[in-house]
Amino acid sequence: MVPLSHYLILSATLFSIGVLGVLIRRNAIVVFMCVEIMLNAVNISLIAFDRYLNQHDGQIFSFMVMCVAAAEVSVGLAIVISLFRNKATVNLDELNLMKW
Amino acid sequence: MELLIFYPLALIVVVLAFLVVFNKSPIGSAVSLIGMMLGLAGVFVLLQAHFLAILQVIVYAGAIMVLFMFVIMLLNLKGDDKVWKVRERNVWLSSFTGVLMLGVLYKFIDITGGAEFNSPASVPENFGTAERVGTSLFTDFVLPFEVASILLLAAMVGAVVLAKSKVD
Amino acid sequence: MSFVNLAFLVPLFPLIGSIINGFFGLKIGKDRVSWVACTGPVLSFIVTLVLFAGTLFHTAGTPYPEQSLFTWISAGNFHVDFGFQIDPLSLVMMMVVTGVGSIIHIYSIGYMHEEYSYYRYFAYLNLFLFSMLLLVMGNNFLVMFIGWEGVGVCSYFLIGYYFEKKSACDAGVKAFVVNRVGDFAFLLGIFGIFKMFGTIDFTEVMLAAPTTLIYNSEAATLITLALFVGATGKSAQIPLYTWLPDAMEGPTPVSALIHAATMVTAGVYMVVRCSALFNLAPLTMMIIALVGGGTALFAATIGCTQWDIKRVLAYSTVSQIGYMFLACGVGAYTAAIFHLVTHAFFKACLFLGSGSVIHGMHHEQDIRKMGGLKDHFPITYVTFLVSTIAIAGIFPFSGFFSKDEILYHALMDGNVIYWGMGISGAFITAFYMFRLVFLTFHGPSNVDPHVHPHESPKVMTLPLIILAFLALTGGLLGIPLIHGWHILHNWLEPVLAFDLETALHASERMLAEHGHHTSFAEVLHKAQHTSHNIWLEITLMVFSVGVALAGIATAWFFYIKRPELPGKLVKGQWGFNLVENKYYVDELYDETIVKPIVKGSDMLWKQADVRGVDGAVNGVAWVISFLSKIASSFQSGFVRNYALIMVVGFIFLMIVSQMEF
Repeated sequence: MVPLSHYLILSATLFSIGVLGVLIRRNAIVVFMCVEIMLNAVNISLIAFDRYLNQHDGQIFSFMVMCVAAAEVSVGLAIVISLFRNKATVNLDELNLMKW
Repeated sequence: MELLIFYPLALIVVVLAFLVVFNKSPIGSAVSLIGMMLGLAGVFVLLQAHFLAILQVIVYAGAIMVLFMFVIMLLNLKGDDKVWKVRERNVWLSSFTGVLMLGVLYKFIDITGGAEFNSPASVPENFGTAERVGTSLFTDFVLPFEVASILLLAAMVGAVVLAKSKVD
Repeated sequence: MSFVNLAFLVPLFPLIGSIINGFFGLKIGKDRVSWVACTGPVLSFIVTLVLFAGTLFHTAGTPYPEQSLFTWISAGNFHVDFGFQIDPLSLVMMMVVTGVGSIIHIYSIGYMHEEYSYYRYFAYLNLFLFSMLLLVMGNNFLVMFIGWEGVGVCSYFLIGYYFEKKSACDAGVKAFVVNRVGDFAFLLGIFGIFKMFGTIDFTEVMLAAPTTLIYNSEAATLITLALFVGATGKSAQIPLYTWLPDAMEGPTPVSALIHAATMVTAGVYMVVRCSALFNLAPLTMMIIALVGGGTALFAATIGCTQWDIKRVLAYSTVSQIGYMFLACGVGAYTAAIFHLVTHAFFKACLFLGSGSVIHGMHHEQDIRKMGGLKDHFPITYVTFLVSTIAIAGIFPFSGFFSKDEILYHALMDGNVIYWGMGISGAFITAFYMFRLVFLTFHGPSNVDPHVHPHESPKVMTLPLIILAFLALTGGLLGIPLIHGWHILHNWLEPVLAFDLETALHASERMLAEHGHHTSFAEVLHKAQHTSHNIWLEITLMVFSVGVALAGIATAWFFYIKRPELPGKLVKGQWGFNLVENKYYVDELYDETIVKPIVKGSDMLWKQADVRGVDGAVNGVAWVISFLSKIASSFQSGFVRNYALIMVVGFIFLMIVSQMEF
């Protein structure tokens, strides 16, 4: 039997990797993908708890997370495309118009 | 027995995640991400959440990642030559933050964990099947379901508006 | 309806005149300005006469009427009314102020005729009259102090009337600042009175004085000393007299009104008003007498050496007020007021006469450039001569009666030293005043050929005649020797009466309560057994007339008979140089007081204000700006940095949530 903590550790690890990726990468799309990693990690956590407590709420929640991820990806990529149209780059370092 | 399946699967997932982060080209990252999601689908199966595993493959790996690929190829992005060439001090700070985050989360697990969760509770036969998930979705959680559809509508409209070229 | 309800009209008329002239004077033309300005004081004089008539029917023994306009301050135990007190003392002062004031207003119409800011002069002059009336009519220390300050301010305005001249502005500032020093002491005195008595109303304080203040105690001495220092500031005695000679920069009628008849006598009025307090402090009385007598002598010596016609008169004023304080110092308050009244008459006449000469000589003031003017200024000469004889104290002019009364009391109630100071001052007074007359009106003419002296118009000579007449006959107010003919003394008796015996007994009682047993029997014995020897009085009178005549003769000798003698005698004498430079007192004050203060202020300005205060304020702004720069560096525009900060915050929150407090 796999103890719950294993799943949780897996989830935590994936989440941290996602965070690391968001903080380090310059490419906007890769950053986006790291955000997806984070969302997946949360999914694992939800479903693991669900299994070990005999509930179904977590699976529904996970379902919603996936739904939201889909919506978010579509809009986010649309934003990236219009950014690319304006500045011909997806390098986050060059998008600093919000500098004071 | 399940441990034997779990450890390799987990290892593959983590390695693929690392590959996503540290890959030079975006296509490589995307492909690693697809692999990671398939691996995660396997983990879901281990947890007896069959419906969600299939959903993961269809929606995540099938639709979302294809969208990513489309955009990458549309923008014709080459790989970053220097993925590390950031403001140097930021790299160390970010890595340190990532490690810190890991440590904190492990600590949480320590706190919340404990011997009670060593073996899973007994679950009914149809746990995680489409029937089961669908029932609760359409009875207990029908409101979030409907709201989710509106959300998807909003996202669709938003995507169309944003990506449209300026019409004068 | 009691006649005292009219009292508020007296200061009101000049105030209205001042406001009208001040705001509309430039528009309504010089004639209307003159009318507005002069009707005010004249109406006040008429109302004063009405009040005077009313007071004649006052029943003896009852308190004098007061008019309280409104309650001004009511804070806890401290109550101050804004009210007027109509008793004989204030009536005497009011009549002098409004009467002589009206005469000088009329004179000013002629003197200031060519001035551009005609209206400004009259506005200030009326305002001065208003403040002076507040001073003499007030029924408590605070109203008097308002008038006190008001006359100081108006004096500053009027001295600095010719503000294009730097010397005039400096003189105005000097007058105000020196006055201020005195005012500070005066305020301390008022505070002391409030502390001891709990009230600052005149009637209440004077009634309670014998039973509140102990005879010759530190409290009595300190309070009265503080009040006296205030009086020296306003009345130009040693050590605060230096402003008065410089105040001659103002127009001559101003000098006549303010610095001869009214403002400088405010100090004397205040001391007389507080006579009940001063009677309880013999040490202060001695100081007053010494300062008064000393100033009389000191200023008289300086008057011998001055060449400006107005400066001689200024020092003469300082000297004569010294006599008034000498009288106060020995307890002869009636004599002080008597001399105040007669001095107002002859000194105003002298100043206006000198103004007439100056006006006729086209603003020449140096007497070395005059001489032989009696043919050109007949009326001025006669009135000037009459007043000079009055100030010298020759029988039967008014000055004789008042000065002689002072000298008599100085000897009988004081001691020989006081009398000696007085009589020497009288000799020198006669000498230098007649020196002035001889050098200006007699002798060979040193007049500059371009100047054509002419007599002044009637509007200026008529006031001179009136004042000279008063200077001649004013002595009728106080005829000595014949019992009951001393009108002024009888009139003022109810106000100034002081029961020394009761006061001393009360003091003995109060001291006994604290365990000290002293007896004031000797003081009582001495006060009750002053002899009143009629032959001594006549002898003194004859002696003082003789001294005055000797002074006149000396002046005649030096300036008519042998005019070249004074120049030869004093050439190169260090004593003469000392006196001619006014004993270098101004320079002394400048070095020891003014310069250190200016240096201190300069340092405070440069260090404390510019560097300290401004630096602190700017420094706060600089610190905020600096911190903002640091804070704004967070807004780098890089999304990643924002994400980093969010993650760090999140971690921090997680850690904090698990910490056990």
